[in-house]
Formats: sequence, structure tokens, C-alpha cells
Amino acid sequence: MNIAKLKNEWFGNVRGDVLAGIVVALALIPEAIAFSIIAGLDPMVGLYASFSMAVVIAFMGGRPGMISAATGAMALLMVTLVANHGLEYLLATTILTGIIQILFGFSKLSRLMKFIPRSVMVGFVNALAILIFMSQIEHFEGEGWMMYALVGLTLFIIYMMPKLTKAVPSTLIAIIIVSALAIFIGADVRTVGDMGALPDTLPVFLIPEIPLTLETLTIIFPYALALSIVGLLESMLTATIVDDMTDTESNKDKECRGQGYANVATGFLGGMAGCAMIGQSVINVKSGGSGRLSSLVAGVFLMFLILVLGDLVVQIPMAALAGVMIMVSISTFDWNSVKMMTKVPKSDTTVMVVTVATVVITHDLSKGVLAGVVLSAIFFAAKISKVKVTEKMGRSASEKIYYVDGQLFFASVTDFTKSFDYQADGVQEVNIDLSNAHIWDDSAVEAVEKVRAKFEQKDVKVSLSGLNKESTQLMNKLQGLSSGH
Amino acid sequence: MYQKVLLAADGSDHSLRSADHAIALANKGDRPHIDVIYVVDGDKSKTDVLHYGNTNLIHSKRKEKLAPVEEKLKEHNFSYKVHVKHGEPGPTIVKFANDGDYDCLVVGSRGLNQLQTMVLGSVSHKVAKRVQCPVMIVK
Repeated sequence: MNIAKLKNEWFGNVRGDVLAGIVVALALIPEAIAFSIIAGLDPMVGLYASFSMAVVIAFMGGRPGMISAATGAMALLMVTLVANHGLEYLLATTILTGIIQILFGFSKLSRLMKFIPRSVMVGFVNALAILIFMSQIEHFEGEGWMMYALVGLTLFIIYMMPKLTKAVPSTLIAIIIVSALAIFIGADVRTVGDMGALPDTLPVFLIPEIPLTLETLTIIFPYALALSIVGLLESMLTATIVDDMTDTESNKDKECRGQGYANVATGFLGGMAGCAMIGQSVINVKSGGSGRLSSLVAGVFLMFLILVLGDLVVQIPMAALAGVMIMVSISTFDWNSVKMMTKVPKSDTTVMVVTVATVVITHDLSKGVLAGVVLSAIFFAAKISKVKVTEKMGRSASEKIYYVDGQLFFASVTDFTKSFDYQADGVQEVNIDLSNAHIWDDSAVEAVEKVRAKFEQKDVKVSLSGLNKESTQLMNKLQGLSSGH
Repeated sequence: MYQKVLLAADGSDHSLRSADHAIALANKGDRPHIDVIYVVDGDKSKTDVLHYGNTNLIHSKRKEKLAPVEEKLKEHNFSYKVHVKHGEPGPTIVKFANDGDYDCLVVGSRGLNQLQTMVLGSVSHKVAKRVQCPVMIVK
């Protein structure tokens, strides 16, 4: 590692990084608590995770300036695991997730991410936004008007506060005001303290208490795989956004491994699996953070605040957190995709909607991504298997020229062979112009031969023209084989 | 009087009109030069990355957006340069304008109503207050 580069990544922007780190820590606290509650865990688990993810990524990550912590996408994936098997299994899953991500990083699988179509990514963030929003609905059940009023007030402050000052995250100001108000009027609303324990010590290194059997592995592996994929997906997306915002490049494979190391550490420290966060990373860069220091400061300052102010944090009403989560879901949703719906190709919109629908039905982001990828692969095959054949008269009435436009392969050959008029009267010569076509496989070679044979049956002479180099090679290579039988 | 003009543009119809004014101003000089600045903020970064994915495509899409402005400048045979910067639009334009030695900054005001101005704030107003050179706000 280049020492000068490393020094610059750590200390090139000390003032900006420290200030941004503090802002991020303040903005992270309510989210870490809320995401733990979504996963059905004590707030402690999300806070430990955010601390450990942020600190480890500061050292091991590939994208300085990016913030990783406990996230909604990951929390949503672990709900059933936590409900059925409990915390210890989750910690083991978190460690396994990290190991899978490290392997992904070393095998440079991050490059596979480019095969995930954009419409699937848009569907992914939209589905995430919808799930976060839906997860808040249960907090309203059986609550009176006070809940609605406090959530409304929280949202009002979050959106209006930046008009006055942007120095302190508006979510924090909203939480302080709403908590103070709720305590002052003695409102009878549920608080963070009702949802479970908060940490009162630093996290300690513990090995999860699970039976080390094959059965355990069959339980945790599917979760770990889904978590690794979703975590890397969001992390790679976030890294590219930070690349763009800071106009710099980053090492995606190193970031993959970094996410892995961070998750392994997090699992041993009693935290839930996490990944990079788009929202927090944008806050970080906007607040002036761009180096590794900001992530370290964010993690350490978050832990410090929780240990010092834990007694106050338990009094935060759930209404305030629900307000923050509704804001998170609104800003996660890609509203542009709704505006653009009429302008983008219908197939893109279909893929996006199917991705969202699959996630909303299964509550599993990884299944949505899979459905989206499969569907777009089908659309792609359908689109590319369209072959256009136009016929024109040649120099004499007895000559005909067919112009072929498209890709010739197993899926397109049926249409291709049907596009010729084999019964035309008076035609003695046919030229098939393939300059705008490409022959990809032996079904295509066979199809061309079949067309030739059909014409020759009628005593029509066939000539091919405009074949590109690769197609010619394939034709020559396979012709010998296909004429053999 | 106006040799070196800075034009803030985002490719909208509004910024096209600003371009007309910038051209009219600089035309009077004997060796005019126009710098075009396009500021990409965090939210725009997020949407662009989400919809286009790779960095090269994002760059070409942004260039495409500014193409109408470039056309206008080419038509008038201006010497010009396009700068794509990242950050909050207001402060970024102010810094760029104050760092360079410009004779004038031309910036469009978004046609917002009173409520939108209150909620979103007026970028052009903030810019006008903090830039040291003369500023022309195109309505």
C-alpha cells in the first residue's frame, strides 16, 4: 500500500471529516435503533452493528467517504430468522455473511454487478422504500391521535428545519423537540425503552452460542447468501454514488472484502449484519466528509453518545422514530422513476414493477432482484431474437435480394427461416445479404443451410454476401459438420 | 467590458435563455470567453447513478444535457469550456466564480412560485449576494 496515498485518505481532510463524522453519528442513532426494531431486535444490536461497521470499514473499506452501518435492507432480510431462531443464530449468520462477502471480493465477483440491469436496481430501492414504510404501519396500530400528531410534528420539523440551519441534522432536532414535548406533556406513548435494551457497555468479543452442526448451516446459509448479495448490491451502488459526488475512483473489490471483514467483526461483537448506506453517505459527503476519518469518527462518536446519553435515548417516543423512518423511505424512493414511467421502454417499467411486487409479496429483496434479473434476461432474449428480413428485386426480374437485419441464434432461427418466399414464380437467383446480421451458433448455420436447401429444391441459385469475419469462420467450421448428416 | 463570462447552466430551457444573455454580453468584448458551469448535487448524483450505472455513461448523458447550450456557443464561434462540478449548487457556483477572474456571472432564476421559493430557497438570490463580480439574473 502506498503510504502517501493512505496518509491522504486518512488525514487529507481532517477538519471536514471530523465535522461530517459527528453529523453522521447524530443522524445514524435514530436509524440504527429503528432498523433494530424492524428486525425484531433490541436497539442495542443495531447500535453495536453501526459502531463496528463504521469503524472497521474506516480501516478496511475501498471507498473513503462512504458510511456503512446497520441498514434497512439488511434488517428486512433477517426478520424471519430472528423470529424463528433468535439472536445467536443471527450473529452466526452475520459472520457467515462476512465470509461470503470476503470470498466475493477475492474472486472479483463485484464485476458481476454490471449484469444487474438498471431497472432492477431502481426496483430494488423503490421496494426497499416501500418495505421501510410498511414496517412503520404496525407502530400506529391501536394508537390514538397523539401518535399521528407526534409523527406529523416530527416530519414537519425534519422538512422545515433545513430552511433555518443545515449544521445539525434535522432528524436529530426533530427527535429532541418531539421527545421533550412528549415528556413535558406526559404523553402516554410507547418509547424506545419499551422496545428493548440499550447498550450500557462497549461491545465485547463473543462467539455465538449455536450448535456447530450441518443443520445450523442449512438454516443460516440461505439467509447469509441473501444478506451478502443485498449488502454488496447496496454497497456497490452507494460506492458509485460517492465516486460521482466526489469525482474520484474507488476500488470495488477492496470494498467488497471490507464489507466482509466488517460483517465478520460485527457478528463477533454482537451486532446485526450491515452494509453501506446511500442516505448517510450522501449526508457525509454533503457535510464535507471525504476521507476514512469521517467513518471512524461517526462510529466512535455514536458509541460515545449512546453510552453517555443512554438514559435519555430510552425516552424517545416511537412516534419520533416512525417519523424519521417515513422520511427515510420517502428519500430512498426514486421518484424520478415514476415521472419517467411514460418515457422509458415498457419492458423496463415492467421489470421495475415486477421487482417491486416480488419484494413486497415475499418481503425479500434478494428474491425481487432475482425475479427482475430473470425477467429482463427474457425480455433481452425476446428483443434480440427479432430478425428483420426485407426483400428487394435484383437487377433482373429473375433475381431477388434479401436483406437480413439482426442476430441469428437458436432463438431467432425459426422466424428467420419463415421470412423467405420459397414459392415466388420466375425467380432463379437469390442473394441473401447478411451485412447487418451476425451468426452466433450452429442452429444459425443450420438455418442458413436450410434456407439454401429449400431454394435449391426449386432450382433457385443461392448466394450469400456481406458475412462478417466471425460469422464466416463459424459457417466454415460448422458447415462440414452439418452437411455430414 | 465583459471579456470573461461565467454561465451557470443545467441544460433546461431556462438556462438556454441565460446562454443567450451571456452571449450578448460577451459579444461586445474583443477576445470573449465563456465558461459554462453545471453543478451536480447529491440527489442528482444518486438518480444518475441509479439510472445509468456506469461512470462513462453518466458523463456522456450529462454532456448530452448541455449540448443545446454548447450548440449556441459554437454557433457564435465563442471560445468556451464546460465545467461539471459536484456539490450544493449555490456555494459551488459562488466558489467557482470567486476563484476565477470573471467580469460577469450569468445565472437563471427558476420560475418558482412563492411557496416553492420559501421551501426550496432561491439559489440565484444566494449566489447574487455572495459572488464578488457583477451578476446577471435572467428571469
